[in-house]
Amino acid sequence: MKLLEYQAKRRFAAAGIDVPAGRLARTPDEAAAAASELGRVAIKAQVPVGGRGKAGGIALAGSPEEARREAARILAMDIHGYPVRSVWCETGLEIAHELYLGITLDRDRRRLALMLSAAGGMEIERVAAESPEKIAKLWPDAVAGPQAFQVRRLAFAALAQAPELEESRGTLAAALVPVAQSLFRLAVSLDAVTCEINPLALTVAGRLVAADGKLEVDENAEYRHQDLAHELAADLRGEDGRTGDDAFEAEAKRRGLTYVHLPGGDIGCMGNGAGLAMNTLDLIQQAGGRPNNFLDIGGGAGADKVKRSLEMILTDGDVKAVFINIFGGITRGDEVARGIVQARDELGVTVPLVVRMAGTNEQEGRRILGEAGIVPASSAPEAARAVVELVRAGGAG
Amino acid sequence: MAILVDRSTRVIVQGITGREGSFHTAQMQAFGTSVVAGVVPGRGGAEALGVPVFDTVADAVERTGADASFIIVPPPFAGDAIMEAAAAGVRLAVCVTEGIPVLDMVRAHAFVEATPMRLIGPNCPGVMTPGQCKIGFIPNHVGRPGRVGVVARSGTLTYEVIQGLSDAGYGESTAVGIGGDPVLGSTFVEILPLFAADPRTEAVVLVGEIGGSDEEAAAAWIRTTGFDKPVVAFISGRTAPPGKRMGHAGAIISGTTGGAQGKVEALRGAGARIAATIEDVVRQVGEALGAAGAAVDR
Repeated sequence: MKLLEYQAKRRFAAAGIDVPAGRLARTPDEAAAAASELGRVAIKAQVPVGGRGKAGGIALAGSPEEARREAARILAMDIHGYPVRSVWCETGLEIAHELYLGITLDRDRRRLALMLSAAGGMEIERVAAESPEKIAKLWPDAVAGPQAFQVRRLAFAALAQAPELEESRGTLAAALVPVAQSLFRLAVSLDAVTCEINPLALTVAGRLVAADGKLEVDENAEYRHQDLAHELAADLRGEDGRTGDDAFEAEAKRRGLTYVHLPGGDIGCMGNGAGLAMNTLDLIQQAGGRPNNFLDIGGGAGADKVKRSLEMILTDGDVKAVFINIFGGITRGDEVARGIVQARDELGVTVPLVVRMAGTNEQEGRRILGEAGIVPASSAPEAARAVVELVRAGGAG
Repeated sequence: MAILVDRSTRVIVQGITGREGSFHTAQMQAFGTSVVAGVVPGRGGAEALGVPVFDTVADAVERTGADASFIIVPPPFAGDAIMEAAAAGVRLAVCVTEGIPVLDMVRAHAFVEATPMRLIGPNCPGVMTPGQCKIGFIPNHVGRPGRVGVVARSGTLTYEVIQGLSDAGYGESTAVGIGGDPVLGSTFVEILPLFAADPRTEAVVLVGEIGGSDEEAAAAWIRTTGFDKPVVAFISGRTAPPGKRMGHAGAIISGTTGGAQGKVEALRGAGARIAATIEDVVRQVGEALGAAGAAVDR
């Protein structure tokens, strides 16, 4: 769950981190009102995706009229597929230097990592790839959080990479302590797996201000942050109901299915278990075909879930055949087979189905499929070749 | 011999009265696992599946001498259940719960690290030593006592590999499903040394997937320690697009890390045999065992 910039900034502010004064505007008039109140403002598209500046989603406005005009232009945009529903109008900053301060999950260390760099303002992944020495890292205790001396040490390490800040490193390190500690507490309280201030602006007046913000909440912890989830959903959905997310994935989510859409593919896929479902796509590609989706029916799925999954896969008209790959553990082959037959009959499925069935109750499952005229394949690679062949033959005919 | 679990392992079940908990406890009993107690807060004094239920893990351990715990509780309670097991002094905990908030796992991991307990999972299918003991939900019928160690992130692919090895007659020493979450109790590099020390294990199958860098770490471990048992590796997710969570919370390519190709190359560079399909895994294990057998002239 990725928060919008203004939502992140509101939370930064509540946590005691300095942010520029700003107003949210959903209409050009609201943007004009914000500009008459705040003076010269930056007008920034609120979309859950990066690269909005390059796409033309950020503009400066010196007057309310200009703000109205620019807001009207930006509010009419789609940025990387996401319709712009609102703009954040905020006062400009006189920036002396741009820093980076971020928290992210470090899988290898199994902890949150706190990162600081004097090379702020650019993508941190790029800094990490090109000059990793410019990023200083700290892995605070999950409960105690970062201590002041740790943040100071982090600051001295990061500032050593920026000679122009050498002189003021003492005051800067001291100023960074409360910012880093607040950000860490915020990340923990929101179950954030990414929590970034980039750039963290050092103003000419010597303040540290969060000029941009990125906050991503762990999907597994969404149940603890229902308020945020609702706020975000309402913000992204306009009167036309479009969210900008892949329409098929949004539909799958509504249906409670674990589905990833691969636009352009023509072979629908279903497997029980994430690893097996992922492997199903690999097998199709190895056989020279193009998978259309990833779909994990999960462990212990019954006939009904299989039917709903098949129905979901077929909502994309590009699907010319479906490969169902089942290795029963908790999942029972006969249940799946009944679901497949039932779905085919009730939905009037016309595209060919190729089913690989192994594991628990596979004999019974194969019998049910066979009686319904669906020939089960014995091995997964063989089934993948068969389904690719079917699509090719269909395309030729 | 085996790793992690064997005939002598005495298991408690945290969450024994739940729908999934009771079903899989019965499956484990049918497999031959020695289940000695259950733990459900507030249900102490009751009985479930023929074993006593206790309010706390500490009580259960004290009264039954259990040394391992099977944790099958809903996600909001799982991090706490893991810490409770560690505090009670069990040697091994296997947590199968899927969907635990990652920061709960960061805290639980820090807690567990300060104790001698080894954690397998979460979001894993568990551990099986065929013919002796199973903790988790790897299907009972797939295993067969044998010579190959299996360590895998994905559950279903674990079953596939076990079935393939069993059908081919090689069998498994122990199979370990380490789980599909970003923060795991045990990663490949923590399981491989156990297989290295186990004389029954003659070869190892490693099943990885996209996301993180545990496979690269395993490759580095194999190279630097000079691990001399043959390793057959299989990586799934070669077609996965970046930035998409492929079912498992941990199976996601982010930025430049986590892609399948890098993992394959790292493992190949460490001398592992790379299999293209599960069938190929079994074939390459056969070749490796044949070669190993010839080398020591049995």
